[in-house]
Amino acid sequence: MRRVGVFVCWCGSNIAKTVDVEKVTAEAAKLPGVVYATDYRYMCSEPGQKMIWEAIAEHNLDAVVVASCSPTLHESTFQRCIADAGLNPYVFQMANIREQCSWVHSDRELATAKALDQTAMAVSVASKGKPLSRAQVPLTKRALVIGGGIAGIQAALDIADAGYPVALVERQPSIGGRMAQFDKTFPTMDCSACILTPKMVDAAKHPNITLLTWSEVENVSGYVGNFEVTIRKRARSVDMRKCTGCGVCEEKCPSKVPSEFDAGLGTRKAIFRPFPQAVPNVPVIDRDNCRWFKTGKCGVCAKVCPAEAVDYDQGDELLKEEFGAIVVATGCDLYDPARMTEYGGGRFADVITGEQFERLVNVGGPTEGHIVRPSNHEEPKTVVFIQCVGSRDDTKGFPYCSKVCCMYTAKHATLVKEKIPDAEVYVFYVDIRAAGKNYEEFVRRAQEELGVKYLRGRVSRIYPEGDKLRVKGADSLAGVAVEVDADLVVLATALRARDDVAEVARMLSIQTDQYGFFTEAHPKLRPVENIFAGIYLAGACVYPRDIPDTVAAASGAAAKTCVLFSRDSILSEPMIAEINPDRCSGCLTCKEICPFDAIEAEVMVDRMTREERTVAKINEAVCQGCGGCVAACRSAALNLRGFADEQVLAGMEALCRE
Amino acid sequence: MRFPGSDRSFDADLGLADDVAARSGENIAACYQCAKCTAGCPLAPEMDLTPNQVMRCVQLGLRDIVLGSSTIWLCTTCTTCTTRCPRDIDLARVMDTLRAMALESGVQPGQPQIPLFYRIFLYLVRRTGRANELPLMAAYGLATRNPFKDLLLGQKMFLKGKLKPFSPRVGDREQVRRIFERAEGHCEDPVPARGGRGGDRGGESEPESRQQ
Amino acid sequence: MKLGYYPGCSLHATAKEFDLSTRAVCEALGLELVEIEDWNCRGATAAHALSDELAVGLAGRNLALAAQQGLEALLAPCAACFGRLKYAAKALAAGAEALPHGLDSQAAARVKVHNILDVLLNVAGVERLKERASKPISGLRPAAYYGCLLVRPPDVAEFDDPENPTSMEQILSAVGAEPVEWHHKVECCGASLAVTNTPSVVRLVAEILAHAKSAGANCVAVACPLCQTNLDTRQAAAGRRVEERLELPILYISELVGLALGIDPVNLGLARHIVDAMPLTRTAFIQPREGATAGG
Repeated sequence: MRRVGVFVCWCGSNIAKTVDVEKVTAEAAKLPGVVYATDYRYMCSEPGQKMIWEAIAEHNLDAVVVASCSPTLHESTFQRCIADAGLNPYVFQMANIREQCSWVHSDRELATAKALDQTAMAVSVASKGKPLSRAQVPLTKRALVIGGGIAGIQAALDIADAGYPVALVERQPSIGGRMAQFDKTFPTMDCSACILTPKMVDAAKHPNITLLTWSEVENVSGYVGNFEVTIRKRARSVDMRKCTGCGVCEEKCPSKVPSEFDAGLGTRKAIFRPFPQAVPNVPVIDRDNCRWFKTGKCGVCAKVCPAEAVDYDQGDELLKEEFGAIVVATGCDLYDPARMTEYGGGRFADVITGEQFERLVNVGGPTEGHIVRPSNHEEPKTVVFIQCVGSRDDTKGFPYCSKVCCMYTAKHATLVKEKIPDAEVYVFYVDIRAAGKNYEEFVRRAQEELGVKYLRGRVSRIYPEGDKLRVKGADSLAGVAVEVDADLVVLATALRARDDVAEVARMLSIQTDQYGFFTEAHPKLRPVENIFAGIYLAGACVYPRDIPDTVAAASGAAAKTCVLFSRDSILSEPMIAEINPDRCSGCLTCKEICPFDAIEAEVMVDRMTREERTVAKINEAVCQGCGGCVAACRSAALNLRGFADEQVLAGMEALCRE
Repeated sequence: MRFPGSDRSFDADLGLADDVAARSGENIAACYQCAKCTAGCPLAPEMDLTPNQVMRCVQLGLRDIVLGSSTIWLCTTCTTCTTRCPRDIDLARVMDTLRAMALESGVQPGQPQIPLFYRIFLYLVRRTGRANELPLMAAYGLATRNPFKDLLLGQKMFLKGKLKPFSPRVGDREQVRRIFERAEGHCEDPVPARGGRGGDRGGESEPESRQQ
Repeated sequence: MKLGYYPGCSLHATAKEFDLSTRAVCEALGLELVEIEDWNCRGATAAHALSDELAVGLAGRNLALAAQQGLEALLAPCAACFGRLKYAAKALAAGAEALPHGLDSQAAARVKVHNILDVLLNVAGVERLKERASKPISGLRPAAYYGCLLVRPPDVAEFDDPENPTSMEQILSAVGAEPVEWHHKVECCGASLAVTNTPSVVRLVAEILAHAKSAGANCVAVACPLCQTNLDTRQAAAGRRVEERLELPILYISELVGLALGIDPVNLGLARHIVDAMPLTRTAFIQPREGATAGG
């Protein structure tokens, strides 16, 4: 017979306001198997945990029930606590009388009765529990970083500097990501390329980093410490060992297509490097737009290459690699302004996006850094910036705030004033979000020192008037409608999740929120981890972020990876499936439904008939304890350790007992 | 919450936002004053409160200011605001609601000739089931003491057969009257059954519960 | 194809041309129009500005009558009537109790409401228009002016794009006209403020017509009687405001289509406009097309 201790938490007033915790404690003390029951304000705090240790020793407890908050929050806290006191951490149950009781009910009497029921169930379940142990599983101390923007680069550098090998996979021909597109960065107005390219070169030269650009992750299986990943190294059509990066092929290529790097404002060739400082500095051939691949004619690049590096016969390579941890840094995409038909829906050449403006103003861009009107290449004298295009918009965009647009618009306005001092610059904003170091001062400087006119109001519509664009907006502070005839209009478009997030999420077992952004394990306390161990998240794939937050998250993800790699093995999951082969009929239904491929068939000799027969076998290292096989087994040959059938039934009986 | 004034302070009508929200079915609290409505409103230049200020006054409980504004009457219900509002608020519908509330409240309308015009119009519809421009314009001209407004235009139109002194009446006028009476059961300020000044005075009785 | 017909008050008087031309065009295109018996005024702006129940009730009665008279769908040429009838149908479907006994709310809610552009484009179809256009109006460069209620609010009108609609241009092109590209298609004309606040309407009309003119239009095509009235009767004042001779006849889409179908302009009501439309009809006629079936 178990000696169960029950510890009821007030959680400040979170639980105690609705549930009569003292009553629950008094009643719990009378439950069968309970030898000690007490309550405390914050059970998870040091004094609270000390109470548990002392009670275990004093009352010789061999099972513990804590009635408090959700196990997802503090199960591991209390398990560690009782392990420190010498008990097996798995003879432990939590009754969630907060999220499942006090936080969702308001009637004190009914809530208290429910909390009592929950506690009684937990006591019965704990009484039937058995001590569990964890096996040591080896791990591969090699990290995979998916995404070669600043988040991926930073994470890779940190993990590599810690001494572990890293593979950095990037789908573009070069690493660098969005930062490579930027001109200056707020609020310091550092040149983006100047701070990024040294890191890009470090990543390329680091002995521990393997760069795989023009590559994509195709499949991921396995579990923490032991991921098996298939990576497709797409054919560059250029031999990287021979190419010197001279650029003659690009010069001579006759095919021009809109440049993705220049956001459609400029062109690139079919054989191209996205930008001159690309790392690796080796071009790729875009086979969909290359004349040789489409029609069999041309072949100029191969002819002119002095190093004979062009190789049309190159094929994709499929790599199968093993990694112990994966850092996901896949970034985000931008809202399509064509959805905002009242702003022209993409029909007006002089209405551009923030991304396009960034390319205009960058010296490496299509206009060599001259801010000009795309329609006639003349310098604009009146420039209007519109914030929140697609952000904070329930009807045509996303309800959330994209966080960075207020700052980059202030940056753009500052750049216009610097390059065209006599220009009139207007910013239509809804609110200014400048909550970063020196951010507020940066925006105020644009308004006070540089004379940028900030108008608080959205723009209703934009239409051509003569050769200008009439912007019809408003200022809610002065309470007036406002019109500006602009030469150039820049839309600060919302940041949004990439189109392929569903596939990536499925491949990596990451949850996404309703917008497609990846969900962290806990929004406050575990911002760089995924709920599945071994997978870490960094950067804008989690939420719109600026550079400092992205770099911090990347380093955080790297640190978590290093924590994982600091041990020589990891402990397996203890609450896993367990088979009784005597009952197993060998139907192998469990094997079919296991989502982790953790079940195999094995042949054993039957004890009774002495004949060979097939039964199922659980791979304890892989099993995640989802319980699907337990539910499917028709012979009741499978049970779940720590959540066994007899425990569940005991809990049900406790509930029905009056 | 009070608004200090020069003679005396006046209290915010904290129930106003809920009243308007319940009657119009629109989420008044959702408005974050982006002023896109004002930016696109064709009548904004003539309004005393801009459309976004109307929403703000409702949110803050400035009842008399908003119900007495010219804005709610100048609104043509073009629904440009409704179509472009990023919070999905049907501001044109809110304006309809505020117009009804304004007449019930007895506040002096910001543009009195407009509700007057509507009342004359509805008087004709109630009596005949149709609206005939000629008596409408005549009555309006007399009521506003400006019978010569658009006289020349009216003459031109009459000669082109675009204005008729008499128009057919609806057969089942009783049914039309019942529609009016049904609406009045809910509406505190009945449209007058006879002509005359139902006008700017509100309904005399206590407002009944305004549930929809 | 049989359609109920709800003319609305203005089509019997100030917008007589719209009534005449719509009937003539529908006849020529083989669409039978059955005027709803004993229809009433649905209250214009006055009703919904003072009481939502009244607006739904007055509009709803017409829908209920149509249903009673066996009409499953109706055409309301007036854009405002179209918008408010559709609104009433939705309100009744959602359970609004605005109709007295004797009128079936559910039947009323099921009646489909069409506007004139919808009928021309989707019921008759561009092919039939092209086929029957024996006198394509190729001298005409209309600015297609939709106004407010044909396309807004999008969840009520459920027709075309609320910011940049093109249905009227498609119809105009099909009958040989060259609609101009312009950006004031859906700007409000001031509607019922024409009587009570005339200067505002003059300002808005001036803005619309000045842009139509600078876009190269020689006339304006409309599908709403209040818009037509404003743009036509207030054009002189608008011209004085912008110090420009506007000289833009304001023609109903049905008049323009009727011209192309070969119907006599007078029978279409073209002689009744304030800004004279007859000169334009003379420049519009080019050789009849070979092989086109005679309309009218």
